[in-house]
Amino acid sequence: MTKQITAGDINAHDKELLNDLQDALANCMKCGNCMAVCPIYKETSKESSVARGKISLMEAVLNGTLPITAGFDTIMAKCLNCKSCTSKCPCGVKADELILRGRHAAVKARGLHPIKKNVFRLLRNRQLFDFALKMGGTFGPLTFKKIPGKMAAVSRFPMPGMDAKRATAPISSSPLRSQHPEVIKVANPKFRVAFFTGCTINYMYTDVGESVINVLKENDVEVVIPGTQHCCGTPVYVSGDFDLAKEMAKKTIETFEKFNVDYVIGACGSCTEALKEYPHWLHDDKEWHARAEKIAKKTYEISEFLVDVLDFRKDTLGPVNATVTMHDPCHMVRGLKVTKQPRDVLKAIPGLNFVEMKDCDRCCGSGGSFSLANYELSRQINDKKVANIANTKADIVATSCGTCRMHIQDGILQNNMNQDVVHTVQLLDRAYQAGKRK
Amino acid sequence: MQNTHIEALKKIVGQDHVLTSPEDLYTYSYDATPGHAHMPEVVVIPGNTQEISEIMKFANENKIPVYTRGSGTNLSAGTVPTKGGIVLLMARFNKIIEVDLENLVAVVEVGVVVADLNDEVAKSGLIYPPDPGTVATATMGGTISENAGGLRGLKYGVSKHYVMGLEVVLANGDILKTGGKNVKDVSGYDMTKLFTGAEGTLGVLTRAIVKLVPAPEARKSMMAIFKDLDDAGKAVSGIIAAKIIPATLEILDNATIRTVEDYAKVGLPLDAEAVLLIEVDGIPEVVEKEAVKVMDVLKSNNAAEVQIAKTDAERDQLWAARRAALPALAKLRPTTYVEDATVPRSKVPAFLKAVNDIAKRNNVTIGTFGHAGDGNMHPTIVCDLRNKEEMERVYKAMDEMFKAAVELNGTLSGEHGIGLGKLPWMELQHGPQGMNAMKAIKRALDPNLILNPGKLVGEC
Ligand SMILES: Cc1cc2nc3c(=O)[nH]c(=O)nc-3n(C[C@H](O)[C@H](O)[C@H](O)COP(=O)(O)OP(=O)(O)OC[C@H]3O[C@@H](n4cnc5c(N)ncnc54)[C@H](O)[C@@H]3O)c2cc1C
Ligand code: SF4
Ligand code: SF4
Ligand code: SF4
Repeated sequence: MTKQITAGDINAHDKELLNDLQDALANCMKCGNCMAVCPIYKETSKESSVARGKISLMEAVLNGTLPITAGFDTIMAKCLNCKSCTSKCPCGVKADELILRGRHAAVKARGLHPIKKNVFRLLRNRQLFDFALKMGGTFGPLTFKKIPGKMAAVSRFPMPGMDAKRATAPISSSPLRSQHPEVIKVANPKFRVAFFTGCTINYMYTDVGESVINVLKENDVEVVIPGTQHCCGTPVYVSGDFDLAKEMAKKTIETFEKFNVDYVIGACGSCTEALKEYPHWLHDDKEWHARAEKIAKKTYEISEFLVDVLDFRKDTLGPVNATVTMHDPCHMVRGLKVTKQPRDVLKAIPGLNFVEMKDCDRCCGSGGSFSLANYELSRQINDKKVANIANTKADIVATSCGTCRMHIQDGILQNNMNQDVVHTVQLLDRAYQAGKRK
Repeated sequence: MQNTHIEALKKIVGQDHVLTSPEDLYTYSYDATPGHAHMPEVVVIPGNTQEISEIMKFANENKIPVYTRGSGTNLSAGTVPTKGGIVLLMARFNKIIEVDLENLVAVVEVGVVVADLNDEVAKSGLIYPPDPGTVATATMGGTISENAGGLRGLKYGVSKHYVMGLEVVLANGDILKTGGKNVKDVSGYDMTKLFTGAEGTLGVLTRAIVKLVPAPEARKSMMAIFKDLDDAGKAVSGIIAAKIIPATLEILDNATIRTVEDYAKVGLPLDAEAVLLIEVDGIPEVVEKEAVKVMDVLKSNNAAEVQIAKTDAERDQLWAARRAALPALAKLRPTTYVEDATVPRSKVPAFLKAVNDIAKRNNVTIGTFGHAGDGNMHPTIVCDLRNKEEMERVYKAMDEMFKAAVELNGTLSGEHGIGLGKLPWMELQHGPQGMNAMKAIKRALDPNLILNPGKLVGEC
């Protein structure tokens, strides 16, 4: 006869899932400092929203008070992974990572949400994913109503988990990678770099990709866009499916190892950080860890590369007459710690009037798929960002992450404003173009 | 608690403002105090005073304990629902009702975060001085109930010096108003002061009228390093004797200096017995004068090194050491007790020595930093709650430490309050007579003993 599984057994199993975190969790002294910065806590005022509450719930599982329940799952999901708590914590508790581990434990104990399971099945297979999104692009005008003049559209058909009135970027009818050869040569190359496009740039914001290529060419850099590259794995990783994330990391590493390049360039805070974090994802596998390290060392965010490595050329810049403010994506400011370089890029542009907004580094509420599942909440967070933007009187918001761009553009439209949101590198591209017209 | 009770509470505040899931309840079982945790039976989030009145009436009739909670950052287990019952979360009381510039007062709901009030009044060139290390998080209700102070305590005092009036819901649901905007008010017992620092044992605060003061126009920071602790002590007394009241006058002991240096590398000499950090503020000319005088006192008391900040960046650098004190200590070990035993300022060196001896004798790690100017010390014990044998030594050291403070004519708490954490030593400080009087007040205002029962005055 099979032994019956009791509540106690379930609890023992749950504990096992978090056991190695005991010390890390114990370092939280429950001081509550994280409450001051957590965007979600600011909206909900509930202890379960803030890092301190989530950490204590993991401790509850470990000390046997609570099993991993659906409630636990939901609470762990209510996190933008914005790292504000971690950067504020006096005790050095890496709360954002611990919360991801909480999600990981929930996935292991209770399985992945069926919708996510389907999406991830798609993500695992590049060809299938590519096909699905290309179809989405071809039939894009059917599913998205375009909003004139802006890189934005309102979903016309309710998509699963997406609010009907939400504005997203239209899926491009032709992905970036199918519009360019794998190797883009220049006359006298200073460097040869590989461009990690990531999914948002490849399928939605192809305009960012074009600008990256233009700007690199302008600076005599040969650009390689490996055709078999795929999603970096972040959405999977932050959902707690670490195994699939590792698989995707390995694929990315293999892809980029094939090319003999000096640097790997990303144009999104999250993807770039992911590539830099691969050694951490793969820390328990010696061989892969070493291979990940090699790629990570070469990886730069575009503005970081332009300023720190290239010292990009300024003699050919023409004027861009606009007032611009900047939103620092969480993974740029607290992940990569790159905030000065994008500003240096903007400040180098003639005619451009740069104004800082209040709380420029506060999360916009997008948080990857968080805004899909918690649209109202993420909009409330976003409204604060939009109000700060409005106060600057800027015509353009520059940022360095596709999901932030989409979310902020949505917030701006929902608030009946008309600023444009673009990637920093697009403005630089515009300046080079203006220089040519002179 | 019966289901009918929960239903009744839902009727008062609405379904959405009652939390009952085990996960939610667990997250209200603790505060910033290590070693105390207990699950409530329900969390209720009222939206206005009337609702609180109804909740209290209901709880009083059914003898259900009520634990009022601000942000739960207190260090004396003041919000831990040790007997289950209701956690009354004040988060929705988050409006600044009025900033009255003619009378220099603000009227606020108690759930307002202290830093938010300060941001608001800063627009008019004012400050609300109580600034605990947790200003960015702690609520007005929590700070008033704990009588919280902070870095500026020496010159500006603690919360009770700024609370002019309160709206309070008593245990039986009665709504009471105390004080007002009058600068002079001697009408009757000072009920405002009674509820200030009562740690939620006498009533639920809902609104507060607080005094605002002009923001200082200028400030100047200095740091001095001492090879000898007694010299540092003499410098502290010397500054006060020179008739200067700095806004802040902080000390770090050797254990803290070494930990901070190891962690933050701010350039402190490891063999220094004490570091003093001083800031004078006020009118620019006076500040200049006072700064010079302070420097003289520091030098004449054998300070090995004195630095003065000329720019904001330099000021930041000087304060880096003090800011790093708690984080650096907290990172050493998993559990951190931040105590706040306080002695008359002349006894600061004697107390620091006593604490050092106690730490050595019991083989526990204690770093002390704190507000030397007002004698308010923060001996910080770092340990691991999971290690039973170590914890026995820690509790013994704590016992000796509080006794040492009381023997030096000090007090158990300069700003963090008593709660459960320091209850065992209350009688030592106040004697049986003092305790009886306090218990009599508690019983008179809360005859069924439902408000934060067992805390501050203990069982009664
Ligand atoms: C790292 C750290 C540094 C700190 N530094 C300082 C410091 O420098 N100075 C200082 O004084 N304190 C300090 N504290 C202690 C703590 O921040 C203060 O005690 C603060 O005032 C608590 O505010 P709160 O809103 O979190 O209150 P809570 O912790 O929620 O509550 C505190 C007490 O007040 C009661 N209470 C709360 N709201 C009400 C209400 N509306 N009506 C009646 N009773 C109520 C509660 O029942 C409880 O007994 C520090 C704490 C930490 C963790
Ligand atoms: S995570 Fe850090 S900031 Fe938050 S309560 Fe714990 S120790 Fe404090
Ligand atoms: S990562 Fe951001 S959203 Fe998540 S708990 Fe920390 S501060 Fe809150
Ligand atoms: S971070 Fe986002 S956009 Fe970038 S590759 Fe990963 S999933 Fe795609």
